[in-house]
Amino acid sequence: METLSSLADGFAIALTWQNLLLALLGCFLGTMMGALPGLGPSNGVAILIPLAFTLGLGATPSLILLTSVYYGAMYGGRISSILLNIPGDEPAMMTCLDGYPMAKAGRAGEALALSGIASFVGAFIATWGLILLAPQLVKIALLFGPAEYFALFTLAFATLGGVASTNQAKTAFAAAIGIGLATVGVDTQTGVPRFTFGEVHLYDGIDFLVAIVGLFALSEVFLFLEHRHGNSDASGHKVSIGRLMPSFALLKYCTPTMLRTSLLGFVAGVLPGAGASLGSFISYTMEKRLVDKEGTFGTGDPRGVAAPEAGNNAAAGGALVPMLALGVPGSGTTAVLLAVLLALNITPGPLLFSQQPDVVWGLIAALFIANFMLLAMNIPMIGLFTRVLLIPPRILMPIVAMVSFVGIYGISGSSFDLQVMIAFGVLGWILRKLDVPLVPIILGTLLGNAMENNLRRAITIDNGNWWTLIDSPLAIGLWTLAFIGFVLPIVFGRILKARMHMKRDDESSTVD
Amino acid sequence: MSDRIFGLVGLLLSIGYAWAALAIQESFLSDAVGPKAFPLIIATVLGLASLAIIIRPDASPEWPSLVRFLEVGAAILVMVLYAMFLPELGFVVATALAATYLTWRLGTRPLSSVVSGCLTSAGIYVVFHLVLGLSLAKGPFGF
Repeated sequence: METLSSLADGFAIALTWQNLLLALLGCFLGTMMGALPGLGPSNGVAILIPLAFTLGLGATPSLILLTSVYYGAMYGGRISSILLNIPGDEPAMMTCLDGYPMAKAGRAGEALALSGIASFVGAFIATWGLILLAPQLVKIALLFGPAEYFALFTLAFATLGGVASTNQAKTAFAAAIGIGLATVGVDTQTGVPRFTFGEVHLYDGIDFLVAIVGLFALSEVFLFLEHRHGNSDASGHKVSIGRLMPSFALLKYCTPTMLRTSLLGFVAGVLPGAGASLGSFISYTMEKRLVDKEGTFGTGDPRGVAAPEAGNNAAAGGALVPMLALGVPGSGTTAVLLAVLLALNITPGPLLFSQQPDVVWGLIAALFIANFMLLAMNIPMIGLFTRVLLIPPRILMPIVAMVSFVGIYGISGSSFDLQVMIAFGVLGWILRKLDVPLVPIILGTLLGNAMENNLRRAITIDNGNWWTLIDSPLAIGLWTLAFIGFVLPIVFGRILKARMHMKRDDESSTVD
Repeated sequence: MSDRIFGLVGLLLSIGYAWAALAIQESFLSDAVGPKAFPLIIATVLGLASLAIIIRPDASPEWPSLVRFLEVGAAILVMVLYAMFLPELGFVVATALAATYLTWRLGTRPLSSVVSGCLTSAGIYVVFHLVLGLSLAKGPFGF
C-alpha cells in the first residue's frame, strides 16, 4: 500500500507539462539515437548530460529526460536490426537473427510492430519489478557499513566486464585507470593535493562529464573517420515496411514468450555484470531451447523477434534497480545515468529513497509514462524513424562532435576542458582499438572517490585495522561474489562471447 | 604485439603513478590510512593487469594504414585548433569551419560539405542558443 501511495505521489510529480514534454522529447531522441548505428544508449545519454545540466533543469526533470532517452534507445535499436540486419546498438544484436529474415519475407512492418509491443511488455514488467524490488534492496543496503560498501564497489568493478568479457586483465586495467583518474585533485580527507603536478586546473579533479563525453562520443567520431565510413548503411536498401499491425492471433502466439523473457531479462538486468546485451542473448537462447521445436528460429520466427526485444528492455529496467538502490550501476548506460545523478549532486543509494522520495518516485512514474509514449510513438510513427536511418554518418558524426563541444563548453566555458575532452576522445579511440572496455573507466572516475572514502572510513573506525574489511559475514559474502564474478568469465567468457558476437559488427566496446 | 606495447605502457604508467603517490606531501593531520595507501593499491592493480596483458596478449587489432592515421591525426589537430580559437572566432564561425572539415573528410563533396557545415553550425546555434538559451562562445561579431 505504501508503495502504491508513493507511486501516486510520483505521478503527481511527473504529470506536469514540463516533465511530460521532456519525456516526449527524450523518447523521440532516444528512439532516434537507438536507431542510428554508431549512436547507442550510452553515448546518446552521454552527449545529452552536459546539455541537461547547463539548461539548469532540476534533478527530477533532468532524470526524466535522460531515462526516457535510455528507454527510447532500447526501443530504437531494433529498427535497423530488422530492416538492415545491422544492430542499431549492441543489445539489439539478437533481434537481427529473426527480425531480418522476417523483413526479407515482406513482414518488416509486422516485425517492427511486434518488437515494439515486446519492448513495451518487457519495459512495463521491469518497471514493476523495479518498484517491488528496489525498496527491498534498500532495506538490505541500510545494513551496509563502510567496509561492506567498499566490498560492494569492488564487486561492481569485478563483475563489470560481464560474463561475456574475454580479457579480464583489460577490464581490471580500465577500472584502475578510472579510479586513478578519480584520485587526481585535492584529497577530501586531508586536503593535500594529489597528482596535480602544480596545475591549478587539476585541483578540482578531472570533471567526469568531460571524460564521459570524450570517451564515448568523440571516440566514435574518430572510429568513423578512420574507416571513412561516411555513407548511410541504408542507402541502396529498399526499405519497404508492409503491413503494420500484427494480427491478434500472432500476438497471442507470442505472449507466453514475451512474459517469460521479460522476467528473465529483468533478472539479468538486476544481476551485476549482465546488462541489456546479455539479457537479450539469454532470452533468445532460452526461448530457442524452450519453444523452437520445428527449428524455425533464425528463419524469421516472430517469437525470435519478441524474445530478445522483451529481454533487453526488461534488462534495461532491471539495471536501474542496483543503480538507484545501491548507487552501484551494473551496466554501461546505467553508469552514465549515475553520472547524471552525481552531476546533480544527488547520491543514489538507500538514503535517496528516504531523503528524496520525490526524485525516485517521480522518475519511476516517468518511466511508466515514457513507456506508453514509446509504444504510441513506435508503432504508428515507425516510418519516420526508418527514414532517420537514411541520414549518412558523414553528416551525423560532425553534428555529434559539435554538440559534444557545445555541451562541455556550456558547463565550464573553458577551452582547457575542451582540450581535455579531445584527449579523452583519442584515448577512447586507442583503447577501443585494443579492445579495452570503456565502461570501467567511467565507473572508476565516478565511484573512485566514494570507494576510497569508504575504505578509509572503515579502517579509521577500527583504529587502523585493515582486517575490518572482512569482518562481517555480509562483507565476506560480497568479496566472495566479487571473486567468483571476476574469475568466472576467464573460464566461460570466450565461449559465450563467441556465440553472442557471431552476428555483430565491430561497432563498439561501449557495451549496452 | 600491440598488446605487449600497450601492457608495457601500462606498466610504466603504474610505476609512475606509484612513484607520484609516494611523493604526496602528507599532512600532519591525517587519518589512519592517509592519502597514499589507496593510490598505491590502485597502482598495484594497474601493474598486475598490465603484466597479465604482456604475458597473455590478444591478437593485434587491425591498425589503420598510415594515410588513415594521418586522417585521424589531422582531425584531432582540427579539433584542438577549434578548442583554442573558439573564444576568438565565436561559436558560429568556428563551428561552421570545423563541421565543414569533418563532413568533408568523411567523404562528402567539398561544396556540399560547406553547405552542411554551415547548416550544422546555424542549426546548433538556433536550437541551443536562441531556443534553449545556452551561452555559447561570443566572437568579434557577437555570435
